Formats: sequence, structure tokens, C-alpha cells
Amino acid sequence: MDPRAPSVNASGSTPGAPSSDDPSELARRRFLVNVLRLSGGALVMLAGVPGAEGSEPHAAGKGAGEGYDWNEHRYAYLIDTQRCIGCGSCVRACAAENEVPDGFFRTWIERYVVGMEDSHVDSPNGGKDGFPPIQVGFVATKHFFVPKMCNHCKETPCIQVCPVGASYRTRDGVVMVDGERCIGCAYCVQACPYGSRFINPVSHTAEKCTWCYHRITKGLKPACVEVCPTGTRQFGNMKREDDPVRQAIEHDRVAILQGHLLTEPQCFYLNLDREVR
Amino acid sequence: MPEITGFAFPNDTHVHWSLMIVMYPYVTGFVAGSFIVTSLYHLFGRQEFRPIARLAMAASFAFLLVASLPLQLHLGHPERGWFVMVTPHFTSAMAGFGILYSGYLAVLILEVWFVWRGAIIERARRSRGAMRELYKLLALYTYDTSGEAIAIDHRAITILAGIGLPMACMLHGYVGFIFGAIKANPWWSTPLMPVIFLLSAAVSGIALLMVLYQARSKLKGKAADPACVAALARQLWFFLILTITLELLEIIMMAYERSEEWLIVSELLSTRLQFSYMTMQMIVGGLIPLILLAIVVLLNRYLHERVRNVLTTSAALLCLLQVFAMRWNIVIGGQLMSKSLRGLRAPYDPDVYGREGVLAAIALFITPFVILYVFDRVLGIDEAPGEAGGHGEAAEAPAR
Repeated sequence: MDPRAPSVNASGSTPGAPSSDDPSELARRRFLVNVLRLSGGALVMLAGVPGAEGSEPHAAGKGAGEGYDWNEHRYAYLIDTQRCIGCGSCVRACAAENEVPDGFFRTWIERYVVGMEDSHVDSPNGGKDGFPPIQVGFVATKHFFVPKMCNHCKETPCIQVCPVGASYRTRDGVVMVDGERCIGCAYCVQACPYGSRFINPVSHTAEKCTWCYHRITKGLKPACVEVCPTGTRQFGNMKREDDPVRQAIEHDRVAILQGHLLTEPQCFYLNLDREVR
Repeated sequence: MPEITGFAFPNDTHVHWSLMIVMYPYVTGFVAGSFIVTSLYHLFGRQEFRPIARLAMAASFAFLLVASLPLQLHLGHPERGWFVMVTPHFTSAMAGFGILYSGYLAVLILEVWFVWRGAIIERARRSRGAMRELYKLLALYTYDTSGEAIAIDHRAITILAGIGLPMACMLHGYVGFIFGAIKANPWWSTPLMPVIFLLSAAVSGIALLMVLYQARSKLKGKAADPACVAALARQLWFFLILTITLELLEIIMMAYERSEEWLIVSELLSTRLQFSYMTMQMIVGGLIPLILLAIVVLLNRYLHERVRNVLTTSAALLCLLQVFAMRWNIVIGGQLMSKSLRGLRAPYDPDVYGREGVLAAIALFITPFVILYVFDRVLGIDEAPGEAGGHGEAAEAPAR
């Protein structure tokens, strides 16, 4: 049986389900159990059936907080590149919170050193240890840091290409991977234009930023936002009219990464330079 | 060579689609290419391909049996591979694999059965004991070789070839689609990709048959049919010209448009892929066989049989290298380029051991030939002398 099915009932996300001491309900249940037992093949099939995209089990099964209703939220992320100092706290916090293996990144920081003739970009160890000073062979006229992560695109190619439906987008706008469903084909890693996915060398499944779904559904902020000392990273709920992130996205000049690919990213950038891709 | 040149996204340092994903289109290319050759006879009635029509079908079958192995070997969770078959997510190009693969396998098994039905019955009659039971089972306990039954066989073969050809093309064209439809990767993202894959599949299939046919003729001490060799050479030349043209067209367009990605693709081709693209795919595997085959095709009537055999076989071997290099350059090349379009990843060296290693790839490549050998022992690939007039897709009634 679908391992997630019981948890739906346990978390009470199917309100109004008849109580189990109703005799007709019991008989029906017995009947269904017998049908499934008899058709062993159907059991095997059912074990592999992923929940329909955006269906309830995803909300209940993936560590969402108690009493959390995903219909009341639609998350968005705002990054003000002018404020980032490249301290790398966010990368370290993310790695600690989500047990990200060394050499792989759910979030990272890029350093841009730009002059009129040339530009230099780097991200030593994803910016995890901060940035050592560098010398460039041209006259640098500006430099800045750009935090990057999964853009949680609305029209995301990673979900489109997943052959088994292990990648999905929750109703509150978070793109996630079901690690028990993922076959590790890495097609999504190839399809992501932002380089925000990787195959975890331990679990051999695709992995990416979840906006700390286990935290945000309990009313907390993602770890990277929590530790950011300058307010570069902000996290908001587009369904709340007075949300500062929503206000900024609505009224300020915001940019997105690789807009020409029409993936509709839900990470928005303030003060983004043209050098950034 | 430095590890990373320019700037690559921090996660863009690993080549996730390894040697096995190079082997996958290489193997399915043989499946489709061989089927194209067998169809030239079974579907289009081209008599000059008759000596290799059965060999081509058996080769297509043998390679199809191993075609899903490289994918299985590559998966992070091979034990979940069957999810693609039972719970396909249909927006994914990859989800079509289960349907296409099993559909084509079914068609091919049926066609093989109809083509070899006569041979199976013949052997069932001749053998004794357990072997007899085996052949009886293979013949599905039907010994009907009457004129009527054979006419039905012919019709079935033609219909199955008619269904099989587009399916074989789709099975392989869709591999190209998997790459061509990735907008995140400019080295892959082109509508030409499925076409290039299909044409190079034809090249690899024809080249493989050329080599197989010559090798078989040598082993059997029987001269290869000159008309067949010349016809194969013509087809190989034709498909090679188309393939190389499209492969060049792709990068010439990119270069002429001076598109954003050309900066990084040109660097990729001139550094990381210099040997595999410039040297192998374009010159050793492209230009040289093009010239060799031109000699065979244009000067055919002046050539001594031995010269023709040597020229075509060497050209075919080089074509096999060309197609492998092309697969490598697409699959590995596309991943060496970071999606930042600002840098290249470290060069990829496949492991020797391990399930995605060189030894596994070699074993994978050899397996179809073992299958072919077993096939030959059990059913006999070539038409038996007495068989020709009696049944199968014999010449008296060209299969149409």
C-alpha cells in the first residue's frame, strides 16, 4: 500500500472521514483489504503509484507542522544583492540544518568582480568559508556577492522531466523531491538551468533546497534567512497582503535569474547586475 | 589541464550522466540502424540487402535485449527502475521509454518469430529429445508450412516491418529528444538533436552490419556478396553525409549567430573536446570514411572485390568510432560545460571498475555479440540452402 496513505488519516487532513466503528465502514474496509489481497499484482502496482501532483499526502508526509494548512501560504524569496557581505553564514547554516554533504550545495554565494574590460566570478567552496581576498588582472570598478539557491520556479523543467513524478511542487509553492520515489536518474539535475540540484552521494537521490520546508510549516524561517546578519535574504508569504516580501515584489524593481527561459522563478532579486546569470 | 576553467556553478562539478549514458544511445543506435537495414529488404523489397536482412534483424534483436541495461546500471537506485514502467510521469520525455521499449520489443519478437518460423520447424523436425521439445515450444506447436501459411507469414512480416520501422526510429529519436529538449543546456537544446541521433543511428547500424557481414563471411569462408557490400557502402555514405552535415550545421549556426552560448561552446570544442570532437568525430570518423566510401561508391565498377571489402570495412570501423565519439561529445560534452556559461568543469575520466566503468561498458558492448552467437547456434541466422524457396521471406514473393 502507499506508505503515505496512513499518515494522511493520522494528521487529520481528510476531515469528516467516517469513524472506524461504523459497521458498514468496517465491512467496506474488509472488502477492500480482501480485494487487494486477492489481486497481488494490484498491490505491487499501488506501491509504485505516486500521489497525483499537488495532492494532499505530500503535505502530510513530509514533516509539515501540526495543524499547518498549505492553502493559506504561497511562499516567495527575496534577495537584496546590495546587502550581502559574503560571510557564508547562510551556506554553513543550510549545510548544518539539512545535512548537505561536502562539495554539494543547496545554497551558495557567488562573488563578482567587474570592470569595464573584464569580469571575474568565483565561489570557493560555495562561499561556505567566506571569501579570501583576490587580485584581478584588470581595473575592477565594482564588486558584489550574489546568493543563489533553488528558484522554486512555477514552470519548472525539473518537475517536468522527472520520469516517475518524484519531483513535485507543493500547493504553497515549494519544489521538493520525494527521496523514496526518486530513482536517481539525474534528468532533473540536467534540466535545472540554475545548477541548484545534485545527486546526494549518500542517498543516491536528487536533492535540492526545500526552503527548509520542515521549518517554514512550523512558522519558522528557512535556516539561511534566519542566520543572515544583513537582511540580504528575506522570506515571505504572498498570500499575506502586508508581507514585506510581497510588498517589495509588488512595488519595487525586482529581477529574476534567466528570465528568458520562462521558468517563473519565485526567488526575486533586488539590485541585480547584468553580469549575473 | 586545470580542474575548472572560468566559473562553474558549485554543483556543476560532477558528471552525473556517465559512460553508461554514452553507451545507451550507442546501443539503441545499433537497434534502430540495423532495423532500418532489415526494413530495406523486408519492407521496401530491396533485393540487394537480402544476404544481410536476417543478420540485421538478429542484430537489432540482440542489441535491443541489452538496451535497457546501461540505464539500469546508471540509476542511483536501480531497484526502483521499474517505477518508470509502472508509474510513468508523462510530462517527462524519459517516461516514454517503458512504452516505446516494450512496444518495440514485442513487435521485434513477433517479427523474428515469423521470419524464423520456417527454420524453427525445420529444426524441430530434425532434432531429438530436449532440443526437439525446445524447438516445438519455439514453433508454438504449429508445423504448418503450407503455401497459405507462408503467405500469411509474408503478410505478417511486412506489416510488422511497417510498424517496427517507425517504432525503431522513435525509440532512438526520442533519445535525441531527451537531450534536445533540455533548454538549460545550449549544447543540447536544438530541434536537430533527434534527427542527428537518428541519422547517426543509421550510420552506426549500417557500419556494424558491414563489419559483421565481412567477419561472418571470413569465418564461414564464403565470399561476401559484392552487390550487397556496394549497396551497404552507398547507404552508409548517404547517411554519413547527412549526419556530418547536420552535426556541422548545428555549430555553424551557433557560431554565425554569435549567440551567447557560442563563447563557451567554442571553448568546449577547442579544449576539453578537442580530441573527441575535432579529431575523432570530424576527421578520423567523419572525413576519412567519407573519402573511402566516396571511392567505393563512385569508382565501384573499377574496384577489385578485395579492395572494395577492405575499403568498406575500414570505413565502417571508422564510422563506428565516429558515432561513439558523437555520443560521447553530446553526453559528456554537454555536462563539461557549466550552466553558468562562464566555465568548464574538470575533464571526465570514466572509472575502470564499477557498474558505470569502462569494463562494464565493454562487457555491455560484447553481450549482444554473444547473444548473436547463441541465436546463430539455436536458430541459424542465415537462410538454410533448402529454405530459400520453401518459406520465410523468400525471393519468389518479395515481401510487400
